[in-house]
Amino acid sequence: MNVDPMMHLADAAISLELETPEMTLNVGPQHPSTHGVLRLKARIDGERIIDVDPVIGYMHRGYEKLAEVRTYPQIIALLNRIDWVSGYANEIPFVVGAERLMEVEPPPRAQYIRLILTEMARIASHFLFMASYPMELGAASPFFFAFRERERVLDLIESVTGGRFHPNFNRVGGVKPAAGAGSTTKTVIQDLPAGFYAETRIAMDKVLAVCDELDDLIVGNEILHARTKGVGVMTAELAASYGVSGPNLRASGVEFDLRRTEDYLPYEDFDFWVPTGENGDCYDRYVMRVHEIRESAKMILAAIDGIPSGPIIAKVPKVIKLPKGEIYMRAESPKGEVGYYLVSEGGTGPYRLVVRTASFSNVSVLPVLLEGVLVPDLVAIFGSFDFVLGDVDR
Amino acid sequence: MNFYLELAIKMVVIFAMVPVTALVTGYAELKLSSHMQSRIGPYYAGVRWGWAQLIADGVKFLQKEDIIPDNADRPVFSLAPVMVMISTVAVFMVIPFGSSGYAIGRNVDMGIFYAMAISSVGTLGVLMAGWSSGNKYSLIGGLRAGGQLIAYELPLVLGVVGVIIQAGTLSMQGIVEAQIAQGWPFAFTQFVGLFLFLIAALAEMNRTPFDMPIAESELVTGFLTEYSGFRFLFFFLAEYANIFAYSAIAATLFLGGWGFWGVSAAWAGPFILVAKTFALSFVVIWFRWTFPRFREDQLQSLAWRWLVPLALANIAVTAILKVVI
Repeated sequence: MNVDPMMHLADAAISLELETPEMTLNVGPQHPSTHGVLRLKARIDGERIIDVDPVIGYMHRGYEKLAEVRTYPQIIALLNRIDWVSGYANEIPFVVGAERLMEVEPPPRAQYIRLILTEMARIASHFLFMASYPMELGAASPFFFAFRERERVLDLIESVTGGRFHPNFNRVGGVKPAAGAGSTTKTVIQDLPAGFYAETRIAMDKVLAVCDELDDLIVGNEILHARTKGVGVMTAELAASYGVSGPNLRASGVEFDLRRTEDYLPYEDFDFWVPTGENGDCYDRYVMRVHEIRESAKMILAAIDGIPSGPIIAKVPKVIKLPKGEIYMRAESPKGEVGYYLVSEGGTGPYRLVVRTASFSNVSVLPVLLEGVLVPDLVAIFGSFDFVLGDVDR
Repeated sequence: MNFYLELAIKMVVIFAMVPVTALVTGYAELKLSSHMQSRIGPYYAGVRWGWAQLIADGVKFLQKEDIIPDNADRPVFSLAPVMVMISTVAVFMVIPFGSSGYAIGRNVDMGIFYAMAISSVGTLGVLMAGWSSGNKYSLIGGLRAGGQLIAYELPLVLGVVGVIIQAGTLSMQGIVEAQIAQGWPFAFTQFVGLFLFLIAALAEMNRTPFDMPIAESELVTGFLTEYSGFRFLFFFLAEYANIFAYSAIAATLFLGGWGFWGVSAAWAGPFILVAKTFALSFVVIWFRWTFPRFREDQLQSLAWRWLVPLALANIAVTAILKVVI
């Protein structure tokens, strides 16, 4: 009751200062550059972002639960739908894990075919990024250059597996005989389609050429540098604490590549460079992918030169049954570390399959990086992480 | 000829010219962008080369339902596309297409002043569109356009001042005649002005690398987000007619307008001007399909820290040389 009227006057004087109210900007789930259905609830003050709350789960399809009621060969078909941009690379750790539990060693030729296709999936996935990221920064033309060559790579994957996005080509113990080869010809050279080597050489030369073309067109562009250098800087400590992996982690200067540390495919036969960045900004994350495309293309060229002959699938029973046990198998997918924790109680299907995807961890660091940046940088930063929403939500 | 009859005929011609130039420029953009991106582009509409693609698009827009969002400010929302269109049409009034009085809408004594002033009204329409749409993306886009107008109006006008000093007149016709009289276009002496004018005009037109008001990857389509059908068509036509208008002004001021060495036939004037204009429009389209977009604060610092001082230096040097020589 005994309010001093002068206090109100003092309050009034303070509120005379220019106040700009905050505004909530809902970026997504339907937005041109959220790569699907990511929703970012951003509180903004003018164009300055105060904080961002990512909302995920719009694309949850329940793969872990689905895997519990399916047999092992059926699960392989599920897994390449998690991250559809690099479907083939997602199958690998699961089949390798199952093979380890079964104590089956896939023949060397099958391992080489897996390696070639994994690297092709990496090129395809990185080309999608090379296409979409300049688009997010406002440059439309690189999209078509990158997609043209991506189509070439997808054609190769299709010629071997029969599918562009969802190859479903691995079997526990090796790979499937190529389309049209027939079940009786597993051991002969017909596992890869005729002309595959020649076409791969042509395609990889084109891929390397278009990388140089993209360098001229966009990577060296001053405006791109202005938009990406020093933007969204992620320190190595921050990246590691959020479990960021793949090119995003390497851009922060951490030389961590599961192709080097895990022996799930014969990567030790190849001499490849693992590029690392210095600053961990959007530009570093962007050029990481260009370097990796080049390294993968060179690796594929070396692999088709050195591919051993022999069978493409080991001797496995008709009905795949895994012994009791559990295993965590991880691999370097184009997006980062993809891992499957496989628990078997015996039988034709897993008791439990836990899926660790790269995009989920990569997205979780976004609120930290997006604090205090401008709205255009929001797009530049989250675009640079190259996530796929199917990979986030599973 | 009767003054009012002449005026009426000129008005009709100008109103017809705006959509025609917009369609030609728009078609050029479709085809040029396609060939820059290893595509074919429009191909089927109109039997050959897809020449009728934009006419078909226009007819499609006319058939669309006219949607006004519930929380839009209706009168402002409806007026915004008209404002944009009016400013574009009005600019065409002072562009000289030839030496005779019939080849220019009205030979205003302060022609270039009028053109600069009236073309800014279009940005007001953009601001109105962003404000009235009742959409946050539109609002940000509209305000960005407003900020861009304030920043780039200055280099645009200051870039022209050098030409005005050299020509000694504000009349568009007078500037062309001054260039013909001295025997070479002002682009040779006012290259800094041309450079400033082109950059600032890109920003005024909201074209890449200054297309932040639209910025489809950030703001959906900025101030255009809520527009559809006929109102969107107005913005669309105005955008492409604006490319033509700004290119024509630049051609008139810096490239000698309708004049060309050794050509004195009166009928050749419009063709020469249109050829020069399309050469500049090509540059504008080329930029769009090559460059990423700047950030809003980078655009501001480019304008205030580089373009405005450069323009002022250009004016000072021009003025000194004008007095000395």
